[in-house]
Amino acid sequence: MILVVAEQQGGTLNKSSWETIAAAQQAGGPVKVAVVGADTAAAAAELAAADVAEVLRVEAPALSPYTLDGFVSALGQVVAAEQPGEVYLPHTYQTRDFAPALAVHLGRALVTDCVATRQADGRRLFVRPVFQGRLLADVACDGQAIATFQIGAIRADSLVRGAAPAPVRSVAVTVDGGAIRQAPEAPFREAKQAVDLSQAERIVAVGRGIKDPEKVALAQQLAAAMGAEVGASRPICDAGWLPMDRQIGSSGQTVAPKLYLALGISGAIQHLVGMKGARTIVAINKDPEAPIFEVADYGVVGDLFEIVPAVIKELQG
Amino acid sequence: MKIAVCLKQVPSRDWQPRVNEQKTWVRDQDAAFELNEPDAYALEEGLRLKEKHGGEVVVCSVGPARVSQALREALARGADRAIHVEDEALAQADAYAVAEALAAAMRDEAFDLVLTGLQSDDQGSAQTGVMLASLLGIASATIIMEVDVQGQALRVKRELEGGWFQWVALPMPALLTIQSGINQLRYATLKGIMAAKKKEVRKVAAPAGIASRQQIVGLYVPEKRKQTQMIGGSPAEAAKALVAALRDEARVIT
Repeated sequence: MILVVAEQQGGTLNKSSWETIAAAQQAGGPVKVAVVGADTAAAAAELAAADVAEVLRVEAPALSPYTLDGFVSALGQVVAAEQPGEVYLPHTYQTRDFAPALAVHLGRALVTDCVATRQADGRRLFVRPVFQGRLLADVACDGQAIATFQIGAIRADSLVRGAAPAPVRSVAVTVDGGAIRQAPEAPFREAKQAVDLSQAERIVAVGRGIKDPEKVALAQQLAAAMGAEVGASRPICDAGWLPMDRQIGSSGQTVAPKLYLALGISGAIQHLVGMKGARTIVAINKDPEAPIFEVADYGVVGDLFEIVPAVIKELQG
Repeated sequence: MKIAVCLKQVPSRDWQPRVNEQKTWVRDQDAAFELNEPDAYALEEGLRLKEKHGGEVVVCSVGPARVSQALREALARGADRAIHVEDEALAQADAYAVAEALAAAMRDEAFDLVLTGLQSDDQGSAQTGVMLASLLGIASATIIMEVDVQGQALRVKRELEGGWFQWVALPMPALLTIQSGINQLRYATLKGIMAAKKKEVRKVAAPAGIASRQQIVGLYVPEKRKQTQMIGGSPAEAAKALVAALRDEARVIT
Protein backbone atom coordinates (compact mmCIF):
# COMPACT_ATOMS: atom_id res chain seq x y z
CA MET A 1 0.00 0.00 0.00
CA ILE A 2 1.17 3.49 -0.83
CA LEU A 3 0.23 6.25 1.58
CA VAL A 4 -0.02 9.66 -0.08
CA VAL A 5 0.16 12.68 2.19
CA ALA A 6 -1.91 15.45 0.62
CA GLU A 7 -1.14 19.07 1.37
CA GLN A 8 -3.81 21.55 2.37
CA GLN A 9 -3.96 24.99 3.85
CA GLY A 10 -7.12 26.30 5.47
CA GLY A 11 -9.16 23.61 3.73
CA THR A 12 -7.74 24.38 0.27
CA LEU A 13 -5.81 21.53 -1.30
CA ASN A 14 -2.49 22.25 -2.94
CA LYS A 15 -2.99 21.00 -6.49
CA SER A 16 0.28 19.07 -6.34
CA SER A 17 -1.61 16.69 -4.02
CA TRP A 18 -3.52 15.40 -7.07
CA GLU A 19 -0.29 14.91 -8.98
CA THR A 20 1.13 12.86 -6.11
CA ILE A 21 -2.01 10.70 -5.93
CA ALA A 22 -1.68 10.15 -9.69
CA ALA A 23 1.97 9.13 -9.17
CA ALA A 24 0.88 6.56 -6.58
CA GLN A 25 -1.89 5.23 -8.83
CA GLN A 26 0.59 4.82 -11.68
CA ALA A 27 3.08 3.07 -9.39
CA GLY A 28 0.37 0.45 -8.75
CA GLY A 29 -1.20 -1.21 -5.76
CA PRO A 30 -3.71 0.16 -3.28
CA VAL A 31 -3.43 3.84 -2.43
CA LYS A 32 -4.55 5.63 0.71
CA VAL A 33 -4.49 9.40 1.06
CA ALA A 34 -3.90 11.15 4.37
CA VAL A 35 -4.73 14.78 4.99
CA VAL A 36 -3.31 16.47 8.07
CA GLY A 37 -4.60 19.49 10.01
CA ALA A 38 -6.93 20.78 12.71
CA ASP A 39 -9.98 20.49 10.46
CA THR A 40 -9.66 18.27 7.42
CA ALA A 41 -13.33 17.62 6.59
CA ALA A 42 -13.51 19.73 3.44
CA ALA A 43 -10.18 18.58 2.03
CA ALA A 44 -10.99 14.92 2.78
CA ALA A 45 -14.34 15.16 1.00
CA GLU A 46 -12.61 16.62 -2.03
CA LEU A 47 -9.87 13.96 -2.02
CA ALA A 48 -12.49 11.18 -1.86
CA ALA A 49 -13.18 11.83 -5.56
CA ALA A 50 -9.93 10.08 -6.44
CA ASP A 51 -9.89 6.35 -7.11
CA VAL A 52 -8.22 5.38 -3.83
CA ALA A 53 -8.88 2.75 -1.16
CA GLU A 54 -9.42 5.25 1.63
CA VAL A 55 -8.99 8.85 2.66
CA LEU A 56 -7.55 9.25 6.15
CA ARG A 57 -8.30 12.31 8.24
CA VAL A 58 -5.39 13.03 10.56
CA GLU A 59 -6.68 15.65 12.95
CA ALA A 60 -5.49 17.31 16.11
CA PRO A 61 -5.80 20.91 17.31
CA ALA A 62 -2.00 21.18 17.49
CA LEU A 63 -1.69 20.42 13.75
CA SER A 64 -2.71 23.92 12.72
CA PRO A 65 -0.73 25.93 11.88
CA TYR A 66 1.82 23.62 10.28
CA THR A 67 4.92 22.81 12.34
CA LEU A 68 7.68 20.32 11.66
CA ASP A 69 7.43 18.73 15.09
CA GLY A 70 3.64 18.43 14.93
CA PHE A 71 3.62 16.84 11.49
CA VAL A 72 6.42 14.37 12.22
CA SER A 73 4.65 13.28 15.39
CA ALA A 74 1.28 12.84 13.67
CA LEU A 75 2.54 11.18 10.49
CA GLY A 76 4.86 8.95 12.50
CA GLN A 77 1.77 7.61 14.28
CA VAL A 78 -0.17 7.21 11.01
CA VAL A 79 2.65 5.24 9.38
CA ALA A 80 3.00 3.04 12.49
CA ALA A 81 -0.74 2.30 12.42
CA GLU A 82 -1.26 1.87 8.68
CA GLN A 83 2.11 0.27 7.79
CA PRO A 84 2.33 1.57 4.21
CA GLY A 85 4.99 0.06 1.97
CA GLU A 86 5.80 3.52 0.66
CA VAL A 87 4.89 7.09 1.54
CA TYR A 88 4.52 9.67 -1.27
CA LEU A 89 4.37 13.43 -0.82
CA PRO A 90 4.49 16.43 -3.14
CA HIS A 91 7.91 18.16 -3.18
CA THR A 92 6.78 21.44 -1.67
CA TYR A 93 8.48 23.86 0.71
CA GLN A 94 6.43 22.29 3.51
CA THR A 95 7.50 18.71 2.83
CA ARG A 96 11.11 19.82 2.37
CA ASP A 97 10.79 21.10 5.93
CA PHE A 98 9.48 17.93 7.59
CA ALA A 99 9.97 14.90 5.29
CA PRO A 100 13.69 14.44 6.16
CA ALA A 101 12.80 14.48 9.87
CA LEU A 102 9.98 12.00 9.25
CA ALA A 103 12.43 9.74 7.39
CA VAL A 104 14.83 9.74 10.35
CA HIS A 105 11.95 9.23 12.78
CA LEU A 106 10.90 6.14 10.82
CA GLY A 107 14.40 5.03 9.80
CA ARG A 108 13.35 5.03 6.15
CA ALA A 109 15.12 6.16 2.99
CA LEU A 110 13.85 9.44 1.52
CA VAL A 111 14.03 10.11 -2.22
CA THR A 112 13.21 13.74 -3.02
CA ASP A 113 12.13 15.64 -6.12
CA CYS A 114 11.12 12.53 -8.10
CA VAL A 115 9.73 12.99 -11.61
CA ALA A 116 8.59 9.38 -12.19
CA THR A 117 8.68 5.83 -10.87
CA ARG A 118 9.15 2.59 -12.73
CA GLN A 119 9.57 -1.11 -12.08
CA ALA A 120 12.80 -2.88 -13.04
CA ASP A 121 14.01 -6.33 -11.95
CA GLY A 122 11.10 -6.62 -9.56
CA ARG A 123 11.87 -3.46 -7.64
CA ARG A 124 10.74 0.13 -7.65
CA LEU A 125 13.01 2.75 -9.15
CA PHE A 126 12.53 6.43 -8.45
CA VAL A 127 13.62 8.78 -11.23
CA ARG A 128 15.00 12.13 -10.09
CA PRO A 129 17.16 14.93 -11.51
CA VAL A 130 20.73 15.38 -10.32
CA PHE A 131 23.37 17.95 -11.26
CA GLN A 132 20.70 20.63 -11.55
CA GLY A 133 18.66 18.69 -14.06
CA ARG A 134 21.51 17.97 -16.45
CA LEU A 135 21.25 14.26 -15.64
CA LEU A 136 18.51 11.91 -14.45
CA ALA A 137 19.16 9.19 -11.88
CA ASP A 138 17.28 5.93 -11.30
CA VAL A 139 17.34 5.39 -7.57
CA ALA A 140 16.72 2.09 -5.77
CA CYS A 141 16.04 1.97 -2.04
CA ASP A 142 16.82 -0.54 0.66
CA GLY A 143 13.63 -1.15 2.55
CA GLN A 144 10.48 0.92 2.55
CA ALA A 145 10.90 4.35 1.08
CA ILE A 146 9.45 7.80 1.39
CA ALA A 147 9.42 9.78 -1.85
CA THR A 148 8.52 13.35 -2.79
CA PHE A 149 7.37 14.29 -6.30
CA GLN A 150 8.40 17.39 -8.21
CA ILE A 151 5.52 19.78 -8.86
CA GLY A 152 4.31 19.44 -12.43
CA ALA A 153 6.25 16.25 -13.16
CA ILE A 154 3.13 14.08 -13.14
CA ARG A 155 0.03 15.51 -14.69
CA ALA A 156 -2.89 16.04 -12.34
CA ASP A 157 -5.23 15.24 -15.26
CA SER A 158 -3.81 11.69 -15.38
CA LEU A 159 -5.48 11.12 -12.00
CA VAL A 160 -8.03 8.29 -12.02
CA ARG A 161 -11.28 9.30 -10.38
CA GLY A 162 -13.44 6.79 -8.53
CA ALA A 163 -16.90 5.69 -9.66
CA ALA A 164 -18.11 6.52 -6.15
CA PRO A 165 -16.47 8.62 -3.41
CA ALA A 166 -13.78 6.76 -1.50
CA PRO A 167 -14.49 5.98 2.17
CA VAL A 168 -13.22 8.58 4.62
CA ARG A 169 -11.88 7.49 8.00
CA SER A 170 -10.41 9.38 10.93
CA VAL A 171 -7.10 8.13 12.28
CA ALA A 172 -6.61 8.90 15.95
CA VAL A 173 -3.37 10.71 16.69
CA THR A 174 -2.15 12.40 19.85
CA VAL A 175 -0.06 15.51 19.30
CA ASP A 176 1.29 17.28 22.35
CA GLY A 177 1.25 20.98 21.50
CA GLY A 178 3.66 21.67 24.37
CA ALA A 179 6.33 19.48 22.76
CA ILE A 180 6.30 21.44 19.49
CA ARG A 181 9.42 23.58 19.40
CA GLN A 182 8.57 25.76 16.39
CA ALA A 183 6.23 28.69 17.06
CA PRO A 184 5.13 30.05 13.66
CA GLU A 185 3.60 33.48 13.17
CA ALA A 186 1.04 34.31 10.49
CA PRO A 187 2.34 34.13 6.90
CA PHE A 188 2.75 37.47 5.13
CA ARG A 189 3.71 38.80 1.74
CA GLU A 190 6.47 41.30 1.18
CA ALA A 191 5.23 42.69 -2.09
CA LYS A 192 1.74 43.92 -2.70
CA GLN A 193 -0.34 41.85 -5.12
CA ALA A 194 2.13 38.98 -4.86
CA VAL A 195 1.00 36.02 -6.86
CA ASP A 196 1.29 32.28 -6.43
CA LEU A 197 2.49 31.45 -9.93
CA SER A 198 2.39 27.72 -9.19
CA GLN A 199 -1.40 27.88 -9.45
CA ALA A 200 -1.49 29.98 -12.66
CA GLU A 201 -3.03 28.44 -15.79
CA ARG A 202 -1.05 30.61 -18.20
CA ILE A 203 2.22 32.43 -17.77
CA VAL A 204 4.05 34.91 -19.97
CA ALA A 205 7.67 35.02 -18.80
CA VAL A 206 10.39 37.49 -19.73
CA GLY A 207 14.16 37.10 -19.80
CA ARG A 208 17.25 39.11 -20.62
CA GLY A 209 16.06 39.48 -24.22
CA ILE A 210 13.59 42.14 -23.09
CA LYS A 211 16.65 44.39 -22.65
CA ASP A 212 14.90 47.43 -21.17
CA PRO A 213 12.75 47.75 -18.00
CA GLU A 214 10.26 49.84 -19.96
CA LYS A 215 9.71 46.96 -22.36
CA VAL A 216 8.41 44.70 -19.59
CA ALA A 217 5.08 46.45 -20.24
CA LEU A 218 4.94 44.64 -23.58
CA ALA A 219 4.93 41.30 -21.76
CA GLN A 220 2.25 42.61 -19.41
CA GLN A 221 0.06 43.59 -22.37
CA LEU A 222 0.48 40.15 -23.91
CA ALA A 223 -0.33 38.52 -20.57
CA ALA A 224 -3.47 40.63 -20.23
CA ALA A 225 -4.57 39.65 -23.75
CA MET A 226 -4.13 35.94 -22.92
CA GLY A 227 -5.45 35.94 -19.37
CA ALA A 228 -1.98 35.06 -18.13
CA GLU A 229 0.25 35.96 -15.19
CA VAL A 230 3.66 37.55 -15.78
CA GLY A 231 6.78 35.71 -14.67
CA ALA A 232 10.49 36.21 -15.23
CA SER A 233 13.89 34.58 -15.21
CA ARG A 234 16.27 35.40 -12.38
CA PRO A 235 18.27 38.24 -14.05
CA ILE A 236 15.09 40.30 -14.55
CA CYS A 237 14.21 40.07 -10.84
CA ASP A 238 17.82 40.61 -9.69
CA ALA A 239 17.79 43.82 -11.74
CA GLY A 240 14.55 44.85 -10.06
CA TRP A 241 12.57 45.08 -13.31
CA LEU A 242 9.96 42.77 -11.79
CA PRO A 243 9.53 41.84 -8.10
CA MET A 244 11.27 38.72 -6.77
CA ASP A 245 7.97 36.90 -6.36
CA ARG A 246 7.67 36.76 -10.17
CA GLN A 247 10.84 34.71 -10.47
CA ILE A 248 10.56 31.24 -11.98
CA GLY A 249 13.32 28.67 -11.64
CA SER A 250 15.41 26.79 -9.13
CA SER A 251 15.71 29.78 -6.83
CA GLY A 252 12.20 31.02 -7.53
CA GLN A 253 8.90 29.32 -8.10
CA THR A 254 8.26 26.02 -9.84
CA VAL A 255 5.29 26.27 -12.16
CA ALA A 256 3.25 23.90 -14.30
CA PRO A 257 0.71 25.98 -16.21
CA LYS A 258 -1.23 24.90 -19.27
CA LEU A 259 0.63 27.50 -21.31
CA TYR A 260 4.09 28.95 -20.75
CA LEU A 261 5.23 31.60 -23.16
CA ALA A 262 8.92 32.48 -22.85
CA LEU A 263 9.97 35.85 -24.25
CA GLY A 264 13.69 36.40 -24.70
CA ILE A 265 14.57 33.63 -22.25
CA SER A 266 17.60 31.60 -23.30
CA GLY A 267 16.68 28.66 -21.08
CA ALA A 268 19.46 28.18 -18.55
CA ILE A 269 18.92 24.99 -16.56
CA GLN A 270 18.13 26.99 -13.42
CA HIS A 271 15.17 28.42 -15.30
CA LEU A 272 14.15 25.20 -17.08
CA VAL A 273 13.79 23.25 -13.83
CA GLY A 274 11.14 25.73 -12.76
CA MET A 275 8.94 25.56 -15.86
CA LYS A 276 9.54 22.46 -17.93
CA GLY A 277 6.47 20.83 -16.42
CA ALA A 278 4.26 23.25 -18.35
CA ARG A 279 1.91 21.46 -20.75
CA THR A 280 2.51 23.71 -23.73
CA ILE A 281 5.67 25.79 -24.00
CA VAL A 282 6.14 28.57 -26.53
CA ALA A 283 9.53 30.20 -27.03
CA ILE A 284 10.11 33.46 -28.83
CA ASN A 285 13.81 34.19 -29.12
CA LYS A 286 16.18 35.72 -31.63
CA ASP A 287 18.79 32.98 -31.08
CA PRO A 288 17.79 29.74 -32.86
CA GLU A 289 20.35 27.84 -30.74
CA ALA A 290 18.86 28.94 -27.42
CA PRO A 291 18.29 25.90 -25.15
CA ILE A 292 14.73 27.05 -24.48
CA PHE A 293 13.85 25.57 -27.90
CA GLU A 294 14.84 22.14 -26.51
CA VAL A 295 11.78 22.14 -24.29
CA ALA A 296 9.47 24.23 -26.48
CA ASP A 297 6.42 22.84 -28.28
CA TYR A 298 6.22 25.91 -30.49
CA GLY A 299 9.14 28.11 -31.40
CA VAL A 300 9.37 31.43 -33.16
CA VAL A 301 12.84 32.70 -34.06
CA GLY A 302 12.84 36.44 -34.42
CA ASP A 303 12.60 39.86 -32.86
CA LEU A 304 10.19 39.73 -29.94
CA PHE A 305 9.55 43.47 -30.25
CA GLU A 306 7.97 42.78 -33.65
CA ILE A 307 6.36 39.42 -32.92
CA VAL A 308 4.74 40.20 -29.57
CA PRO A 309 2.75 43.24 -30.80
CA ALA A 310 1.58 41.11 -33.74
CA VAL A 311 0.44 38.35 -31.36
CA ILE A 312 -1.44 40.86 -29.19
CA LYS A 313 -3.16 42.22 -32.31
CA GLU A 314 -4.06 38.69 -33.44
CA LEU A 315 -5.50 37.83 -30.00
CA GLN A 316 -7.59 40.96 -29.95
CA GLY A 317 -8.65 40.70 -33.58
CA MET B 1 27.62 31.53 20.41
CA LYS B 2 29.06 28.29 19.14
CA ILE B 3 28.11 28.00 15.48
CA ALA B 4 28.67 25.09 13.11
CA VAL B 5 28.35 25.39 9.34
CA CYS B 6 28.06 22.13 7.42
CA LEU B 7 29.27 22.32 3.88
CA LYS B 8 29.76 20.09 0.91
CA GLN B 9 32.34 20.06 -1.83
CA VAL B 10 30.75 19.52 -5.25
CA PRO B 11 31.93 19.43 -8.88
CA SER B 12 32.10 23.01 -10.14
CA ARG B 13 29.10 24.46 -11.93
CA ASP B 14 30.85 24.96 -15.26
CA TRP B 15 32.03 21.34 -15.38
CA GLN B 16 29.90 19.35 -17.83
CA PRO B 17 29.02 16.13 -15.97
CA ARG B 18 29.61 12.93 -17.90
CA VAL B 19 28.34 9.54 -16.80
CA ASN B 20 30.81 6.82 -15.70
CA GLU B 21 30.93 3.37 -17.31
CA GLN B 22 28.80 1.72 -14.64
CA LYS B 23 26.25 4.52 -15.06
CA THR B 24 26.13 5.01 -11.30
CA TRP B 25 27.88 8.37 -10.96
CA VAL B 26 29.72 10.96 -13.00
CA ARG B 27 33.30 10.72 -14.21
CA ASP B 28 34.52 13.13 -11.58
CA GLN B 29 38.21 12.12 -11.72
CA ASP B 30 38.73 15.02 -14.11
CA ALA B 31 36.28 17.43 -12.44
CA ALA B 32 37.19 20.65 -10.70
CA PHE B 33 35.56 20.92 -7.28
CA GLU B 34 34.21 23.89 -5.40
CA LEU B 35 32.33 24.83 -2.27
CA ASN B 36 28.62 24.11 -2.83
CA GLU B 37 27.19 27.57 -3.46
CA PRO B 38 24.13 27.29 -1.19
CA ASP B 39 26.50 26.31 1.65
CA ALA B 40 28.56 29.45 0.97
CA TYR B 41 25.49 31.49 2.00
CA ALA B 42 25.20 29.44 5.20
CA LEU B 43 28.88 30.10 5.93
CA GLU B 44 28.45 33.83 5.31
CA GLU B 45 25.45 33.91 7.65
CA GLY B 46 27.47 32.07 10.31
CA LEU B 47 30.33 34.55 10.02
CA ARG B 48 27.95 37.51 10.30
CA LEU B 49 26.25 36.04 13.39
CA LYS B 50 29.64 35.52 15.01
CA GLU B 51 30.63 39.12 14.23
CA LYS B 52 27.44 40.31 15.88
CA HIS B 53 27.18 37.98 18.85
CA GLY B 54 30.70 36.63 19.36
CA GLY B 55 31.73 33.00 19.66
CA GLU B 56 33.23 30.77 16.99
CA VAL B 57 32.38 29.27 13.61
CA VAL B 58 33.34 25.65 13.01
CA VAL B 59 32.98 24.25 9.49
CA CYS B 60 32.17 20.56 9.13
CA SER B 61 32.22 18.34 6.06
CA VAL B 62 32.11 14.68 5.07
CA GLY B 63 34.04 13.20 2.16
CA PRO B 64 37.38 12.13 0.75
CA ALA B 65 40.75 13.89 1.22
CA ARG B 66 39.96 16.50 -1.49
CA VAL B 67 37.26 17.99 0.80
CA SER B 68 39.98 19.62 2.92
CA GLN B 69 40.35 22.14 0.09
CA ALA B 70 36.76 23.36 0.57
CA LEU B 71 37.31 23.50 4.34
CA ARG B 72 40.48 25.59 3.84
CA GLU B 73 38.49 27.93 1.62
CA ALA B 74 35.94 28.37 4.42
CA LEU B 75 38.72 28.96 6.97
CA ALA B 76 40.21 31.58 4.65
CA ARG B 77 36.86 33.36 4.56
CA GLY B 78 36.87 33.56 8.35
CA ALA B 79 35.79 30.27 9.96
CA ASP B 80 37.81 29.44 13.09
CA ARG B 81 38.39 25.72 12.74
CA ALA B 82 37.22 22.70 10.79
CA ILE B 83 36.10 19.13 11.32
CA HIS B 84 36.62 16.77 8.41
CA VAL B 85 34.93 13.38 8.53
CA GLU B 86 37.33 11.82 6.08
CA ASP B 87 35.84 8.87 4.29
CA GLU B 88 36.33 7.85 0.70
CA ALA B 89 33.25 5.61 0.73
CA LEU B 90 30.94 8.47 1.75
CA ALA B 91 31.83 10.61 -1.29
CA GLN B 92 28.55 9.78 -3.05
CA ALA B 93 26.60 8.71 0.00
CA ASP B 94 22.95 9.64 0.44
CA ALA B 95 21.95 12.50 2.72
CA TYR B 96 20.95 10.12 5.52
CA ALA B 97 24.41 8.55 5.70
CA VAL B 98 26.11 11.95 5.51
CA ALA B 99 23.88 13.25 8.30
CA GLU B 100 24.73 10.22 10.44
CA ALA B 101 28.45 10.78 9.89
CA LEU B 102 28.11 14.49 10.71
CA ALA B 103 26.00 13.81 13.80
CA ALA B 104 28.61 11.43 15.19
CA ALA B 105 31.38 13.99 14.68
CA MET B 106 29.39 16.99 15.97
CA ARG B 107 27.39 15.62 18.92
CA ASP B 108 30.01 16.21 21.63
CA GLU B 109 30.68 19.76 20.43
CA ALA B 110 27.21 20.82 21.62
CA PHE B 111 26.78 23.64 19.08
CA ASP B 112 24.20 26.34 19.80
CA LEU B 113 23.43 26.83 16.15
CA VAL B 114 24.05 24.64 13.09
CA LEU B 115 23.67 26.10 9.59
CA THR B 116 23.61 24.36 6.21
CA GLY B 117 22.79 25.39 2.67
CA LEU B 118 19.39 24.57 1.29
CA GLN B 119 20.60 21.80 -0.98
CA SER B 120 23.64 20.67 -2.91
CA ASP B 121 24.36 21.43 -6.54
CA ASP B 122 25.17 17.76 -7.28
CA GLN B 123 22.59 15.43 -5.72
CA GLY B 124 20.21 18.21 -4.72
CA SER B 125 18.36 16.13 -2.14
CA ALA B 126 17.72 19.01 0.28
CA GLN B 127 17.69 16.57 3.21
CA THR B 128 21.01 16.60 5.06
CA GLY B 129 20.35 19.56 7.36
CA VAL B 130 16.95 18.48 8.64
CA MET B 131 18.13 14.88 9.06
CA LEU B 132 21.14 16.08 11.03
CA ALA B 133 18.88 18.10 13.33
CA SER B 134 16.70 15.03 13.93
CA LEU B 135 19.72 12.88 14.68
CA LEU B 136 21.12 15.50 17.07
CA GLY B 137 17.70 15.90 18.66
CA ILE B 138 17.59 19.66 18.04
CA ALA B 139 14.88 21.84 16.50
CA SER B 140 15.12 22.89 12.87
CA ALA B 141 13.62 25.30 10.37
CA THR B 142 14.26 25.49 6.64
CA ILE B 143 14.63 27.94 3.75
CA ILE B 144 15.62 30.80 6.03
CA MET B 145 15.95 34.37 4.75
CA GLU B 146 16.74 36.18 8.02
CA VAL B 147 18.09 35.15 11.44
CA ASP B 148 17.38 37.10 14.58
CA VAL B 149 19.04 35.87 17.79
CA GLN B 150 17.00 36.67 20.90
CA GLY B 151 18.85 35.39 23.95
CA GLN B 152 18.58 31.62 24.00
CA ALA B 153 16.02 31.58 21.21
CA LEU B 154 15.85 32.39 17.52
CA ARG B 155 13.30 34.19 15.42
CA VAL B 156 13.81 33.29 11.78
CA LYS B 157 12.12 34.28 8.55
CA ARG B 158 11.10 31.27 6.48
CA GLU B 159 10.42 31.57 2.78
CA LEU B 160 7.15 29.94 1.80
CA GLU B 161 5.87 29.42 -1.74
CA GLY B 162 4.38 32.07 -3.95
CA GLY B 163 6.02 35.13 -2.38
CA TRP B 164 4.87 34.33 1.17
CA PHE B 165 7.06 34.45 4.25
CA GLN B 166 6.64 33.55 7.87
CA TRP B 167 8.49 34.30 11.08
CA VAL B 168 9.08 31.26 13.26
CA ALA B 169 10.45 31.24 16.80
CA LEU B 170 12.43 28.24 18.00
CA PRO B 171 14.73 27.49 20.92
CA MET B 172 18.46 26.93 20.63
CA PRO B 173 20.22 24.65 20.02
CA ALA B 174 18.78 24.67 16.54
CA LEU B 175 19.60 23.92 12.92
CA LEU B 176 18.67 26.22 10.05
CA THR B 177 18.92 25.61 6.31
CA ILE B 178 19.78 28.90 4.65
CA GLN B 179 18.24 30.18 1.42
CA SER B 180 20.64 31.44 -1.25
CA GLY B 181 20.56 35.22 -1.57
CA ILE B 182 20.09 35.84 2.19
CA ASN B 183 23.31 37.87 2.18
CA GLN B 184 26.16 39.04 -0.04
CA LEU B 185 29.06 36.61 0.01
CA ARG B 186 32.53 37.66 1.05
CA TYR B 187 35.57 36.16 -0.57
CA ALA B 188 38.84 35.16 0.98
CA THR B 189 41.50 37.82 1.30
CA LEU B 190 45.20 37.09 1.04
CA LYS B 191 45.43 37.69 4.78
CA GLY B 192 42.60 35.22 5.30
CA ILE B 193 44.32 32.61 3.15
CA MET B 194 47.54 33.00 5.14
CA ALA B 195 45.68 32.82 8.45
CA ALA B 196 43.80 29.70 7.33
CA LYS B 197 47.03 27.75 7.09
CA LYS B 198 47.44 27.92 10.85
CA LYS B 199 43.87 26.99 11.69
CA GLU B 200 42.94 23.55 12.97
CA VAL B 201 41.41 20.97 10.63
CA ARG B 202 40.50 18.01 12.80
CA LYS B 203 40.17 14.77 10.87
CA VAL B 204 37.86 12.17 12.28
CA ALA B 205 36.81 8.78 10.97
CA ALA B 206 33.18 7.99 10.25
CA PRO B 207 31.68 5.49 12.68
CA ALA B 208 31.57 1.94 11.34
CA GLY B 209 28.40 0.67 9.76
CA ILE B 210 27.13 3.85 8.12
CA ALA B 211 25.61 3.00 4.76
CA SER B 212 23.36 4.72 2.25
CA ARG B 213 19.76 3.56 2.19
CA GLN B 214 19.44 4.37 -1.51
CA GLN B 215 21.64 3.82 -4.54
CA ILE B 216 21.82 5.31 -8.01
CA VAL B 217 21.48 2.30 -10.31
CA GLY B 218 21.23 4.26 -13.55
CA LEU B 219 22.36 7.70 -14.63
CA TYR B 220 21.67 9.26 -18.01
CA VAL B 221 21.03 12.42 -19.99
CA PRO B 222 17.30 13.24 -20.05
CA GLU B 223 15.64 12.46 -23.36
CA LYS B 224 14.31 15.35 -25.34
CA ARG B 225 10.66 14.42 -25.37
CA LYS B 226 9.30 17.27 -27.35
CA GLN B 227 9.15 17.86 -31.05
CA THR B 228 9.39 21.59 -31.43
CA GLN B 229 7.18 22.99 -34.12
CA MET B 230 8.99 26.00 -35.55
CA ILE B 231 6.79 28.77 -36.85
CA GLY B 232 8.23 31.00 -39.56
CA GLY B 233 7.10 33.84 -41.76
CA SER B 234 6.70 37.55 -41.16
CA PRO B 235 5.83 38.71 -37.62
CA ALA B 236 2.16 38.98 -38.61
CA GLU B 237 2.14 35.53 -40.24
CA ALA B 238 3.97 33.95 -37.33
CA ALA B 239 1.58 35.59 -34.86
CA LYS B 240 -1.43 34.31 -36.78
CA ALA B 241 -0.08 30.75 -36.99
CA LEU B 242 0.96 30.76 -33.33
CA VAL B 243 -2.39 31.98 -32.03
CA ALA B 244 -4.21 29.46 -34.24
CA ALA B 245 -2.00 26.62 -32.92
CA LEU B 246 -2.56 27.64 -29.30
CA ARG B 247 -6.33 27.91 -29.81
CA ASP B 248 -7.09 24.93 -32.02
CA GLU B 249 -4.23 22.47 -31.53
CA ALA B 250 -2.96 22.95 -27.99
CA ARG B 251 -6.26 24.44 -26.78
CA VAL B 252 -4.62 26.49 -24.09
CA ILE B 253 -6.20 29.83 -24.93
CA THR B 254 -9.72 30.76 -25.94
